[in-house]
Amino acid sequence: MLEIKDIYKTFNPGTINQVKSLQGITLSIEEGEFVTVIGTNGSGKSTLLNAIAGGFTVDQGSIWIDGNDVTHWQEYKRAKFIGRVFQNPFSGTAPNLSIAENLSLAAYRGLPRGFGRVLNKDLRNQIIDTIKTLGMGLEDRLDNIIGSLSGGQRQALTLLMATWLKPKLLLLDEHTAALDPKSADQVIRITERIVSENRLTTFMVTHSMQQAVDLGNRLVMLHRGRVVHDFSGSEKNRLRPEDLMARFEEVRRADRLDQSVADLLKRRYV
Amino acid sequence: MSLLLGALTIGIILALLAIGVFISFRIYDFPDMTAEGSITLGAAVASVLLVSGVNPVIATLAALLAGSVAGATTGIIHTKFNVNGLLSGILTMTALYSVNLHIMGRSNIPLMNSFTFTDWADDLNSSLFGGVKTFMLIGHEVPVHDFSILLITFSIVVTVSLLLFIFFNTNIGTAMRATGDNSQMVRALGINDGTMKIFGLAISNGLVAVSGALLCQYQGFADVQMGIGMLVWGLASVIIGESLIGTKRLGHLLTGAIFGAVLFRLLVAVALRLGLDPNDLKLITACFVFAALILPTLIKKLKSRSIATQ
Ligand SMILES: Nc1ncnc2c1ncn2[C@@H]1O[C@H](COP(=O)(O)OP(=O)(O)OP(=O)(O)O)[C@@H](O)[C@H]1O
Ligand SMILES: [Mg+2]
Repeated sequence: MLEIKDIYKTFNPGTINQVKSLQGITLSIEEGEFVTVIGTNGSGKSTLLNAIAGGFTVDQGSIWIDGNDVTHWQEYKRAKFIGRVFQNPFSGTAPNLSIAENLSLAAYRGLPRGFGRVLNKDLRNQIIDTIKTLGMGLEDRLDNIIGSLSGGQRQALTLLMATWLKPKLLLLDEHTAALDPKSADQVIRITERIVSENRLTTFMVTHSMQQAVDLGNRLVMLHRGRVVHDFSGSEKNRLRPEDLMARFEEVRRADRLDQSVADLLKRRYV
Repeated sequence: MSLLLGALTIGIILALLAIGVFISFRIYDFPDMTAEGSITLGAAVASVLLVSGVNPVIATLAALLAGSVAGATTGIIHTKFNVNGLLSGILTMTALYSVNLHIMGRSNIPLMNSFTFTDWADDLNSSLFGGVKTFMLIGHEVPVHDFSILLITFSIVVTVSLLLFIFFNTNIGTAMRATGDNSQMVRALGINDGTMKIFGLAISNGLVAVSGALLCQYQGFADVQMGIGMLVWGLASVIIGESLIGTKRLGHLLTGAIFGAVLFRLLVAVALRLGLDPNDLKLITACFVFAALILPTLIKKLKSRSIATQ
């Protein structure tokens, strides 16, 4: 379903702000896989998701979705394969448009849009039925502007929008990080339900070790723009949060070692 | 009375400018300087065609087309070449000054002897009022000719805003509104936000050009300088409209822009009547818009401060 072949991305190359965000990532994700992605701050998780979604073109390597080489496709074109929920609850919805208008825009993701009325009776009823499944009482507020809703409500709606037309790939970037624990929990449960009901191929970045081990059937750990661990099958099922913490510690120790070796060499030779 | 009718008519004509500015400035959050050039462009195109005897409807539609091209140009400079939005508009506006001079061939074209939409007022006059020169309205004598012109412009503006209202509720129209609101989301939903911006600026400047085309027909001349300060004028109208309406619903905002334009024109007429030096008009308009732009944040700050000190 998703093939990432040895991709590289460096931001601000040749300046003092140069950051090597992705350094040769290769991943192959099968249809129906639910991958959780963890990694330290700045390890390149968001950058990886952005590279897949087309926020920028990678410097090297290629990206294939469902047999299409999308490496040079623009973001809006890739959207026909991809449903996306962002870390920031404000990023996924248009605040001055109503709930119904936002969802009706999502009902045409990747399809040609014409001069037909955006909201007809059928679509409206469909929207009401789907929003009811959230259990947030939003079905009575269809014509309220989305800007008046809470972050959790907006994130839940963004999730509905991203999956209204079944995407080939669902990208979730720490989509509960900005929410209070209760709404985060609610949104995670909705995510689980939607993903399993539609058997969506999902790529979910999370900062919560618990979420990472509880959800999905594969776990990828990034560090400094590289994949350092990739667990699946029974190995993934056996993982506990403590195991992941231990792996993080390992990575950190290796870093420190690298650093001290570098210092040592510097002192000797420079 | 004739003076009031005149101010109302110009206000209604400039409502199209206000709606254009509303689209670029409020829907797209794009301070589009192109408007200053495209209002003159509309007048230039229409007046040259009218002088050579072209039907006023066709002349006005040609202005619409020319304005759209100007707007699309700004949009393309901004989205395809990644030039800052304000600068893209300034570039087009500056270029348009020469273009307008070329179209007009001189700096001023009188339309006194040409057939314009105001001449239809006389037809309307004879069919509606049986050819009388004046009629009485709440104790005032109203010149029928001026009143007919007002009716015509009013119906044009109402038709245009209804069409826009319908358009902005279509699939594409909603996508355009969303683009100004959140372009990241729009891209994630498979909409080319660049195209939406180009399209929106084309519509905005098309309307502004129509406003210019009607204005020159009403005034009886086109002038290459007539666009100066018009963006701020449009902004003032939009801001007044918003404060009148106070909601964010599209229909209300469009109506607000129309009322804002009319009210602002009336205010200006009154101020001039009371002895305001016309040379100070633009200065005062600019100050007004400045105040209107900073007041909301200022009030918020004062409020939170007074809450904090309580
Ligand atoms: N557009 C950009 N321009 C410059 N640098 C960038 C850009 N996007 C990301 N980076 C840099 O790339 C590195 C990886 O960032 P990224 O956002 O992918 O990390 P992350 O793993 O998502 O971290 P976090 O857990 O904090 O979200 C960081 O050093 C970041 O500063
Ligand atoms: Mg991130």
